[in-house]
Amino acid sequence: MTEFAIDVRGLVKRFGDKTAVNGVDIQMPEGEVWGFLGPNGSGKTTTIRMICGLLHVSEGEGSCLGFDINREVDKIKRSTGYMTQKFSFWSDLTIRENLEFVARLYEQPSLKESVDATLAKLGLTKRQGQLAGALSGGWKQRLALAAVTMHHPRLLLLDEPTAGVDPQARRDFWDEIHHLSTEGLTVLVSTHYMDEAERCDKIVYLANGEVITRGRVNDIIATSGLVTFRGEGDHVRALSKALKEKPGVEHVSYFGAALHVSGSNSALIKEAIGGVNSHGVQWREVKPSLEDAFIALMARAGADQRLHA
Amino acid sequence: MSGASASVSRIFAIFAKEVVQMRRDRLTFGMMFAIPILQLILFGFAINSDPKNLPTAVHVEEKTPIVRTLLQALETSGYYRLVMETSDPRQSSELLAQGKVAFVISIPSGFTERLIRGDRPQIFVEADASDPAASSNAVAQAEAIFTRALRHELRGSLHGLAPEPGPFELVVHARYNPEGVTQYNIVPGLLGVILTMTLVMITGMAMTREAERGTMENLLAMPVKPSEVMVGKIAPYVAVGAVQTLVVLLTARYLFSVPFVGSLWLLLLGVSVFVVANLAVGFTFSTIAKSQMQAMQLTFFFFLPSLLLSGFMFPFRGMPDWAQAIGEALPLTHFLRIVRGVMLKGASFEDLQGEILAMVAFVAVAVSIAMLRYRRTLD
Repeated sequence: MTEFAIDVRGLVKRFGDKTAVNGVDIQMPEGEVWGFLGPNGSGKTTTIRMICGLLHVSEGEGSCLGFDINREVDKIKRSTGYMTQKFSFWSDLTIRENLEFVARLYEQPSLKESVDATLAKLGLTKRQGQLAGALSGGWKQRLALAAVTMHHPRLLLLDEPTAGVDPQARRDFWDEIHHLSTEGLTVLVSTHYMDEAERCDKIVYLANGEVITRGRVNDIIATSGLVTFRGEGDHVRALSKALKEKPGVEHVSYFGAALHVSGSNSALIKEAIGGVNSHGVQWREVKPSLEDAFIALMARAGADQRLHA
Repeated sequence: MSGASASVSRIFAIFAKEVVQMRRDRLTFGMMFAIPILQLILFGFAINSDPKNLPTAVHVEEKTPIVRTLLQALETSGYYRLVMETSDPRQSSELLAQGKVAFVISIPSGFTERLIRGDRPQIFVEADASDPAASSNAVAQAEAIFTRALRHELRGSLHGLAPEPGPFELVVHARYNPEGVTQYNIVPGLLGVILTMTLVMITGMAMTREAERGTMENLLAMPVKPSEVMVGKIAPYVAVGAVQTLVVLLTARYLFSVPFVGSLWLLLLGVSVFVVANLAVGFTFSTIAKSQMQAMQLTFFFFLPSLLLSGFMFPFRGMPDWAQAIGEALPLTHFLRIVRGVMLKGASFEDLQGEILAMVAFVAVAVSIAMLRYRRTLD
């Protein structure tokens, strides 16, 4: 038994002659909340599916909750909750029927009580007879989270759980995740949202099937070696094109009326700012955002954003 | 619950879910009962392998009492319905070509005179034999009809002209269905055809629907075993098969008056094994097909030979050896022998145990393939 909830080494997954995941290591301690980031097609979903036994591992080994990922898949499934990227509960069953189905599959001892309790917790008691397919995106996501936690798993694997969900629902969702985490649950969440990444204890950043970087948010920003200047003033946005062509400028992005200019060489950035006609614009150095850091990392890794699921 | 054994709770989870989904899917639900009724009505009422009342044209060049007697005998036989008289041989050819009549019967002038002289005059029967099944029985009956009519007519001085009886007497004892009622053969067979068609198709959708709707990933992420999924998904349709069986048997009894001389329990045993065999095939297809469309196509690949080579449509023993070999591999072939054997012949368990065993073997093979093919991952 390890103290790691997930302990996998050298995970490789090939589909035909395509390598989707190429040597991923993850050692995730129990009780933490980790974010799994990376562009579309970087191998996040494939890695999660290998960890919970939905895909055979082409190469590599490891354990999940102390069970071998190659040989003890059934045991892993019993103690893991996996929420798929796309809503995958039964649209033609009611909310209650979906929960009952899950409770029976996990052999929950007191079916009615656990379903009633889950419905009450969700605030769906009155709508329990509604077909799951008729729910809005936010409610579908809440139903899915309730369903995958009903059997009290020790590990939650959530694949882009908040995609397409409004900000309030996202916030509620994260409150629930942190609540579950304080009860000792280990949570691995894949996401594209930077604000969600910042809510995680640690981040693993994947590109082209490989881990590009990992660690705490602040450490990732610090080790990115990125320098960012923020310009504010009239017509600052008109400078973006000119700045992008200057040497040393790795990344230019809009923040409302302001512009962020990033690069790893402070002197070159300053020279670039001075080189454009920027009278009336106030420049100051700011702490790079996680997004700045990731875009820089990705550019360096040569990660392509093409979709190859 | 230990990891190795199947769980009643999990099987029931799948079962309950399938029942609810089946009930909500109105179209499929309707199909399960509309198809049997439709097929019963179509096959039961419309199909007749001994067609009668076939439209016939006559071309007679003389109208003597003997000729009239012959024509009357044709009509009363039931096979021929005289719809028109022609006087022109070319016209009769056209009538046949156009399909307006199935037969043209020509009696040339001087027929009666030559008959009385003992010259063995000829009667021409032209038949539209493009569909042999439609014309053969009527043609085969023609000589007997005329002979019988003449035997009656040629008495007294003409007695010597009457056809001689053959040197021996042939005694035919048509057992089990002496009147040759087509329905007695078709309706019990339909039970097998209906069960094959609906059950294979419905279970063929069982896994492919989960894959197409994206719920497969969820199902696979949960700790449920292939055997539990299979039993849970098949079980509701055993009940569907039972209801269909009841509908067909009641229709056979009360609408078509098909005799039932054997043991109902023996028939139900055969039906049970046959239903499971079809569900196993359907489930196997659903582990092979990638979409519901493919599952449907596989169903037809199975259904067509079942319909054609089982002995439902055409006599089994009339087929070449290779076709009989394929037929033997299909559960419908064995089931037809059971259902016809029990209902019409009163066959016993000993008579039919070979057929039952053949279906059991079929189930074992289908289940093994399904278990091997069942994908436990998304690979």
